[in-house]
Amino acid sequence: MTGYARRVGIVLWKDLLVERRSKESLNALFFFGLLLLFLFQFSLGSDRARLESALPGMLWLGFVLAGLLGLGRSFLAERENDCWEGLVLTAGDKSAIYLGKLAANVCVMGAVELVILLLFGLFFDVDLGRAAAGLAIILPLGTLGLAAVGTLFAAVTAQVRARELLFPVLLLPVQVPVLLATVSATQVALAGQPLGDAAPWLRLLAGADLVYLVIGILTFEFVLEG
Amino acid sequence: MARPVAIRVLGWLAVLALLAGLGMAFGYAPREAIQGNVQRIMYVHVPAVLTAYLAFGLVLVGSIGYLASSRAGWDRLAASAAELGVLFTGITIASGSIWGKPTWGTWWTWDARLTSTAILFLVYVGYLLLRGLVDEPERRGRFAAVVGIVGAANIPIVHFSVKWWRALHQPSTILGPEPSPIAAPIAAALLVNWVAFTLLFAYLLARRIEIARLEEAAMGGVLRAR
Amino acid sequence: MIAAAGLRKAFGPVLVLDEVSLDVPAGQCLALLGPNGAGKTTLLRVLATVTRPSAGSLRIDGVDALCDPDAARLRIGMVAHGSYVYEDLTAVENLRFWGAMAGLDTSPERLRERLQAVELDTVADDRARTFSSGMKRRLALARVTLGRPRVLLLDEPFTGLDRRAQKWLDEFLLAFKAGGGAVVLATHGFTSALAVADRAIILSGGRLVLDRPAAGLGRDELHRLYDDLIEAPPVGRP
Repeated sequence: MTGYARRVGIVLWKDLLVERRSKESLNALFFFGLLLLFLFQFSLGSDRARLESALPGMLWLGFVLAGLLGLGRSFLAERENDCWEGLVLTAGDKSAIYLGKLAANVCVMGAVELVILLLFGLFFDVDLGRAAAGLAIILPLGTLGLAAVGTLFAAVTAQVRARELLFPVLLLPVQVPVLLATVSATQVALAGQPLGDAAPWLRLLAGADLVYLVIGILTFEFVLEG
Repeated sequence: MARPVAIRVLGWLAVLALLAGLGMAFGYAPREAIQGNVQRIMYVHVPAVLTAYLAFGLVLVGSIGYLASSRAGWDRLAASAAELGVLFTGITIASGSIWGKPTWGTWWTWDARLTSTAILFLVYVGYLLLRGLVDEPERRGRFAAVVGIVGAANIPIVHFSVKWWRALHQPSTILGPEPSPIAAPIAAALLVNWVAFTLLFAYLLARRIEIARLEEAAMGGVLRAR
Repeated sequence: MIAAAGLRKAFGPVLVLDEVSLDVPAGQCLALLGPNGAGKTTLLRVLATVTRPSAGSLRIDGVDALCDPDAARLRIGMVAHGSYVYEDLTAVENLRFWGAMAGLDTSPERLRERLQAVELDTVADDRARTFSSGMKRRLALARVTLGRPRVLLLDEPFTGLDRRAQKWLDEFLLAFKAGGGAVVLATHGFTSALAVADRAIILSGGRLVLDRPAAGLGRDELHRLYDDLIEAPPVGRP
């Protein structure tokens, strides 16, 4: 295994291990998803039609808010014991650290999204089966876009005062167009329409993901050594 | 660095051009049939948004330049352009709002340009907020540059997603010049005002960069970067 | 082995290091002394290539550390306050992570052998959260010696160590020097560092105010020097 791939792999391994051991993020996100479920039921549960039209937006609102919590904590473990400094001192292309962290974030967020999705499907009696194929493409694309910028900005704000305030302020405006695309595409999928109808949205998402990924890879070393 | 005389000349040129633009907007351009005189605000609204895009383009240039060379001059360019970009974006939103109120009865319409501009406004306000929270100049420049690059890359993504979303949902009239062919007097007035705004922007930018340079010098010397 | 000349470091308007030059040949240990706020930690961070100096030059084992920091980093082992320990990972897992990041051999045998060398093999599979600060320090030493660094940089390594651990560290550093490595040790503590140091420098207000062999430098002598040489705050601060 090349040095780069090995480093990406070990960062991914380490982050998932820390996450599994501390269970901090996963628990918080899971209960957050449940809370959202109840909130939406109370406000929209009575009107089936309104619920269905609001569902794509609600889902992604849930995903983004959960993502905010999880992503913002990306580099929290590194603040203990100067581990950040340790990362700065590793030789080689620092973007490997970015990719490893990004992969770990996508895994954790993906797991949370799946749970929220299944819960929503169950409690709101939504036919996920026919939408499954479409969602299987839309969810990863949307999550990748969110995580690509989120991981980068998490690294920036980890070293700045007022982190909890600044992180959402920086991340959310950038995410708005991505959200537009994912919600629109999700609408198409949940309505049972052919995925081809959402093709322009998916293309936009894929393009955005690529752009953000490239920027993250190229600029991460400047953030780390900041 | 531009000489003080050159900057002052630029300032006077800007004033002249603005006066000319004002004259053309009220004297030369025709009164719009349906909306009346309030439509003339377009001669502020459109040049303002174009100037804002120019500003954000310069933020991108400055950001990349700073990451590549570590020379403080690029960072000053990026920071100054961002401030002016936020200013002109604010003008765009305000003028759009003022236009909208008598025309459609609301202070805000989810028109494509207004929505895109509002998102950009938030992105760059976040950029300025970040700058305000980091004290050390080199770090501040690097972090800001990374956020600036993401912000700029976001612009085309915002443009397309909002445009498509609008096309799907609300076909109401967009704020802006009528589709081609644009009548000659309107085009001429727009052009003059656009040039005037650009000159004003260039003048303000030069002044702002100068102030930034003086601030740094007063703070105990510009760090000689490696 | 370590050759630094004219190092300056400014954080904004505050000058923390002012024209610091030092030389540490192979097999020698330099004790870096000075009061709090003198710039010891900053100097160490500059030597470790964690922080770029505002001016000056630095060569580590023949490599220009400012032009090619990655090449220098392969030769440096740094044990800072933080010890780079992930609290939720076990000792073995910590070693495995940092070893893999450095591109080193992380076979279980190699990792266990390193842990044995620092007497942590009995707690190899315990979470680092349960370790004392002395144990975390030893884990950090296992980490830096996973590779074969030519230079060790240590920031207050003796604090929080009991007598036994201090003695262990003394022997460890002596062995490292005997193997041809160079050591820079930043410390408050007078006698503990002086046991292994060949040379001592005192940093005050970001400037070198003393540079002499450590031999014959006793407790009282140092007290006197501190009193004589301690200065006003660093240049630039109001």
